[in-house]
Amino acid sequence: MLGALSVGVLALIGLMAFTVIDNAWPSFSANGLSWFGSGGDVVTQFRAMQSGTPLPGHSLLYFRAWPLISGTLVTTVLAVAIAIVVSTLAAIFLTEFAPAPMRRVLEPVVRLLAGVPSVVYGLIGILALVPWINEHLISNARKHSVQYVVQLNGQDLMTATLILTVMILPIMIAITTNALASVPGSWREGSAALGVNRWRTIWRVSVRTARPAIVAGAVLATARALGEAIMLSMVSGGLPFAANPLDGLTFLFEPVQPLAATIVKEFAGQQGGAVPHTIYAISAVLLVSALLLSFASWAAKQPLKRYGIGA
Amino acid sequence: MASLALGERTSPPAIVHPPRERTTSWPLVDRACYGLCWATGIGLCLIAAAILLLMLVEGISDLRLNLLFESPLPSLNQSQAGGFFDPIVGTFIVTAIGTAIAAPVGVALATWLSEYGRPAWLARAVESGVEMIAGTPSIVLAIFGLLLFARGFFAFLSQSAADGNVTGQSFLVAGTMMSLLALPLVVAATRESLAQLPLRLRESSYALGKTRATTIRRVLLPAIRPGIASGVVLGMGRIIGDTAIITILLGSSLKNQPASGTPIIGTLRGFGSTLTSYVYNNSPAGEGNAPQKAYAAAFVLLMIVLALNALVVRLTRGVEPSAAALARRRRVFSRLSGLPWNR
Repeated sequence: MLGALSVGVLALIGLMAFTVIDNAWPSFSANGLSWFGSGGDVVTQFRAMQSGTPLPGHSLLYFRAWPLISGTLVTTVLAVAIAIVVSTLAAIFLTEFAPAPMRRVLEPVVRLLAGVPSVVYGLIGILALVPWINEHLISNARKHSVQYVVQLNGQDLMTATLILTVMILPIMIAITTNALASVPGSWREGSAALGVNRWRTIWRVSVRTARPAIVAGAVLATARALGEAIMLSMVSGGLPFAANPLDGLTFLFEPVQPLAATIVKEFAGQQGGAVPHTIYAISAVLLVSALLLSFASWAAKQPLKRYGIGA
Repeated sequence: MASLALGERTSPPAIVHPPRERTTSWPLVDRACYGLCWATGIGLCLIAAAILLLMLVEGISDLRLNLLFESPLPSLNQSQAGGFFDPIVGTFIVTAIGTAIAAPVGVALATWLSEYGRPAWLARAVESGVEMIAGTPSIVLAIFGLLLFARGFFAFLSQSAADGNVTGQSFLVAGTMMSLLALPLVVAATRESLAQLPLRLRESSYALGKTRATTIRRVLLPAIRPGIASGVVLGMGRIIGDTAIITILLGSSLKNQPASGTPIIGTLRGFGSTLTSYVYNNSPAGEGNAPQKAYAAAFVLLMIVLALNALVVRLTRGVEPSAAALARRRRVFSRLSGLPWNR
């Protein structure tokens, strides 16, 4: 009976992949591979689908997701890149340098950051961080320089990335700390006995050994960042604009709209027509990426098993 | 040896700690990295303190006791828009449904994985299946739930629109999909505590002639009750904090709208809101745009989540994972060398 239940879990995943992709298919087949490409304005395309009048020269399901995909890519890559550095430093601090009282404070702090619901992060972002960035960091000259292309109002890439970084930090810190703590003491003692100082020992022995765990943590965090919908829909600007890294500093203040946030934004209950198929297509892309990422994190952890460290 | 025998030295030599390494002897780069480590640690504390302070100041200044016991009203004026009694009830219902499904299923899954796990390929597939569920974004779970429960077959779980289409949005549906969020946490906690149980518990039960099923039910599961409880509480925290599933699977209404007049079943099949969707709808991103209400509700939400967090810490206190790992390593060693370490 327990075995049947376990098979049920597999069946559920199969059913999920099948249902979502099956319902997404009309959107993919109508657009082909250029679904992932760029072309036209996403908002116009959604409005056309809602009203049921196709854009001239295109089918009703015409959709080009590049602005959304680029939004997801930019926010996720930036957040994970920052988080890798910060979480590694924090994990080293927790396992090696922090005096006992500091550690007693820091552990609940990490747990707190992990526990705050994403809607609360979003609320803090939109009510506290966005106005502050809008007033203090974006100069009027910068706003004027792009006012015919896009409005800069503080709901931007930078706010989204910063909050996203804080949200994915705890899981990465937890995984890295575990791995650092399970590095055999004799390995580090060997290095220390050769006269290598403490930091170099940590860097060359502990962190080097824990590298697979850091990668696995980063992959897990990527999955988390990819699927974050509510917080991003609140602070990222809600304008499907492909932020351009060539714009220099302005790039950081341009609005973005990632894939997951688009689902929240465009979803409007049970509705017929072409919009649901497009939404299902977006979730199919997210689902497939999440499945690939969970495989990648499994693969990334394999070297640790070879060292004989379970993490 | 000889000197000891002569009794020249009666007390053992005092333990001499080597002097702590000073960072002043380090190269500049290393010292900079050391400083960065401290900066990160303090920075994290500052971020957490800022979040807590902001929520405390903004939340308490807008929180009134009557907000907790009033239903939301459709009004643009913040002072008239009512309280969040319905969202609190909604959070409670969704959490109850999600936990009621996730706890037994999760414990059963973990038990099968740890204690039976045959055939091995199936166990590995199920293991990675649970991991995949954990990695799936909740917004995708929500979309899947909508596709699944809007079929006519599941019409009894939600309500039907006038044209006969099933909405696929109700407390029952949302709670069921929420259980998938809690499931991986329950499975992980249960498996971990099962792995930490000493082998002698199982062996002594078998020695008394008990079957495997009885051993699991009467010996193993009661022994890991705190572990299971901490997993369940962690799962509850995830359910309470999730917004994506609620916004898609619970309909977009602030008040709880029963599907029919039937007392309990009508509410369960109807639309509603939870604290998370209330915060979202009242933030500038939603339709309501009542920041004070949003802050107050977010404060209540944060307090609930923090209380659950503290509960997990209490439950897991006293469990020493390192001791269990040590025991396991010793077991392997004793099997290798034939030394009876454990008895």
